[in-house]
Amino acid sequence: MELHILLLFMILAAIIAIEIKDLLSSVIAIGSAGFALCLAFLILKAPDLAITQLVVEILCLIILIRATIRKDLPLIIEGRWFFNTISTLIFIAAFLLFAYYALKELPSFGHPMMSVVKKYLEEGTSKTGAVNLVTSVILDFRAYDTLAEATVLFTAVIGIMAVLRRKGRKEISEKDEY
Amino acid sequence: MNIKNQDSYTETGMTLIVKTVTRLTVGLILVYGIYIVLHGHLSPGGGFAGGVIIALSFVHLMLAFGRDIALRKVSKNTVSILESIGALMFLSIAIAGFLGGVFFLNILDKGSPFRLFSAGTIPLSNIAIGLKVGVGLFAIFLTLVILEGSKR
Repeated sequence: MELHILLLFMILAAIIAIEIKDLLSSVIAIGSAGFALCLAFLILKAPDLAITQLVVEILCLIILIRATIRKDLPLIIEGRWFFNTISTLIFIAAFLLFAYYALKELPSFGHPMMSVVKKYLEEGTSKTGAVNLVTSVILDFRAYDTLAEATVLFTAVIGIMAVLRRKGRKEISEKDEY
Repeated sequence: MNIKNQDSYTETGMTLIVKTVTRLTVGLILVYGIYIVLHGHLSPGGGFAGGVIIALSFVHLMLAFGRDIALRKVSKNTVSILESIGALMFLSIAIAGFLGGVFFLNILDKGSPFRLFSAGTIPLSNIAIGLKVGVGLFAIFLTLVILEGSKR
């Protein structure tokens, strides 16, 4: 029940974030959707994900607010509103139709437990010594995935520092103290 | 917010109230991040979440005091070196598994459950990931702020 309220709240916040004119209000609406997702993780009994979602959401909000606080450019969509509305409605109808057929086939939440998961739950603590089973999976049984994930983050940081570096803008700013 | 306020906002940081509160809280946030990283194998959290909290403490410092004072504490070269150390540490833990024969084998002693020094290489991996994520996300924020300052 609480989960459905949170899902409705997230959908409403997403619609507000798209439709509102002010850019800062839009960022705040995105943030409220993220915090509702954090509560949803808590209700689904995933505290690891809830902590991660909370702190990453705060960091993203800070970066987005700092990026948008000086330029509140209103987004203007004009012309062809009839075509836009009709095509959006058609896509939403198609998505709901296929989602209905796909979600009908899904098993109920957490019910037939997969055999791999059963093995992890039984032998996780005795084999790795870690009490937190999520950590024992992501850093022992599936540590190779975590290595790839860390590589992705490392590549992202290198990419951002290479694209936004100061050296390439020397002619404009003429200061290179960092 | 008018133009005069914007300039003082970026040059010298925020008001005295914010600076005082930041001076009190930034250490607590940093210690909480380190706690989350070290207890990753005992309680919810782990390397990624704790690393983001560590990055947030430095972001907090930079937002309150302006970027020059924060850069005096942690320069961009330090950030680059620390992130590379984190990545290399995680990779060397993975390669150390070859001592037992397999990639990512948990070669250290498992210990007894519910103790801080248990679970073999998992706390070490948590520390490596926490270092890498914290410093990496702070580097992203630093780069975006420096770019924004140089554009105007």
